[in-house]
Amino acid sequence: MMRADLKVIYQWVPPGARILDLGCGDGTLLDVLARDKQVTGYGLEIDPDGITQCIQKGVNVIEQNLDQGLANFGDDTCDLVIMTQALQALRRPDMMLDEMLRVANECIITFPNFAYWRHRAYLGFRGYMPVSKSLPHAWYDTPNIHLSTFNDFEQLCQEKGLIISDRAVGNGEHEGHWSSRLWPNLFGETAIFRISRGR
Amino acid sequence: MDNDTRKSRFPDDSVGLVKPQIAHFDSPLALACGRSLPAYDLIYETYGTLNEQRTNAVLICHALSGHHHAAGYHSSDDRKPGWWDAHIGPGKSIDTNRFFVVAVNNLGGCHGSTGPCATDPETGRQWGPDFPMMTVGDWVHSQARLADQLGIERFAAIVGGSLGGMQVMQWTLAYPERVANAVIIAATHKLSAQNIAFNEVARQAIRSDPDFNDGWYAEHGTVPRRGLKLARMVGHITYLSEDAMGTKFGRDLRSDDLNFGYDVEFQVESYLRYQGDAFSTAFDANTYLLMTKVLDYFDPAAAHGGDLAAALAPARCPFLVVSFTTDWRFPPTRSQELVDALIHAGKRVSYANIDSPHGHDAFLLPEPRYQAVFAGFMARVARDLGVHTP
Repeated sequence: MMRADLKVIYQWVPPGARILDLGCGDGTLLDVLARDKQVTGYGLEIDPDGITQCIQKGVNVIEQNLDQGLANFGDDTCDLVIMTQALQALRRPDMMLDEMLRVANECIITFPNFAYWRHRAYLGFRGYMPVSKSLPHAWYDTPNIHLSTFNDFEQLCQEKGLIISDRAVGNGEHEGHWSSRLWPNLFGETAIFRISRGR
Repeated sequence: MDNDTRKSRFPDDSVGLVKPQIAHFDSPLALACGRSLPAYDLIYETYGTLNEQRTNAVLICHALSGHHHAAGYHSSDDRKPGWWDAHIGPGKSIDTNRFFVVAVNNLGGCHGSTGPCATDPETGRQWGPDFPMMTVGDWVHSQARLADQLGIERFAAIVGGSLGGMQVMQWTLAYPERVANAVIIAATHKLSAQNIAFNEVARQAIRSDPDFNDGWYAEHGTVPRRGLKLARMVGHITYLSEDAMGTKFGRDLRSDDLNFGYDVEFQVESYLRYQGDAFSTAFDANTYLLMTKVLDYFDPAAAHGGDLAAALAPARCPFLVVSFTTDWRFPPTRSQELVDALIHAGKRVSYANIDSPHGHDAFLLPEPRYQAVFAGFMARVARDLGVHTP
């Protein structure tokens, strides 16, 4: 069973693409894409269990800290760079975005939407930092040091002159619901963006 | 029958009692140095069973002071098993229930393969220092001939740590169609100046020993033990991390007080002397010199203007590269250079940097994460090749 955001990405990936998956976890996405769509490429990960599971699956995985950049990948060496649920844990998400779009012309990025209504309610009514399924950590030990919203990310893309070719929300069971399509910043639990370099 | 007695004497996950075999080769082997070996022997051991399709063979390449005895025991009195017993055996990373393992002693060695201690057929005299200089490439050619003799067209995996990892690299370049998977552990694609410097100190220690006699010590009835001991002591320091040494010995003294002399006072001195002494009676000085030169020479990128990715172009198989955080002999950055070059060359590669306090020696030891990565890769190798318990 694939995570909601991975299901959306699966549909967007063209067959035979050369992919770089940043924070590839246990390699599920790359494994399924390799089998169903004949994609090739590498996953980067730092979690030991994730790395072991990738290796068991036969997914190419490199132990590498994303905060150190992607200097070992040349310009335009991939068709697509994917980063799921990792942007918010990086020291400089904006610089990573530049790096990703140097390696490939197209990127797919997913992250927890801090403006999701449940998060807003948690903070607004209860007065505590939100803890939820997509944000499971306490404020003091969370790896998520750069939380942002659907709108924040769109703004950053605009400032950088990037093209947003697709966007979607991952809400587990309710991803197709009309409310999250209409008001993603409020009803989208996970933000999913497909972006490419501007001209 | 035999199995029952074996099980009672040795651990369940051991390959048990093993016996070395010798393969003889009569056709000359042309060497990189320009000379050739007219005929030679290779001593090797095998564990597990070769399947009918001959697809489940795994070749083990050994490091500087290694040999063909990688796993199991030569007799029930053996105190220690083979040098990589932690990773080869039933249910271990290289699972002998699935794989047929071949471990060979390299040419120039002193454990039964033709080397400086053997007789030169032309002169009838011991080869001694006249034994031709070897390279990793020469070794790989000789190993390929052994594979021919064993009827192994293609190895399911070729695996090696340290200098062994260099041989694995070379296999993927010289015989890409004969390697289905490559496992390179705690290795480097070339020695650094510091690595060569340490090797040179070791060589000078041996060569300046008055008992060395320019390498003709056997004819003089001497053994350059002091030189070999020093060489091993220096080498040993580079195999351990500072932390591992600190944890193991600290500044512990052998007796309660300082005795203000040059006898052994600190535990670390005692340990190094013990290691050096043990090695100096078990290893051949000419072999040690030769092995260090093999290390120094290896640099597949040199023929490609230093472009390692270009050098790796012939390789076809998936790679697993493993390094250890405290290894300062062949540090993780060396492995990462190899991984980056493999990526640039568009090869399939996975890389894990294992957190271990044991320095370079970590590749020999069992460590849960190392074992999980290693076993995970080998399990995938078995699955892909449809290799099951024969």
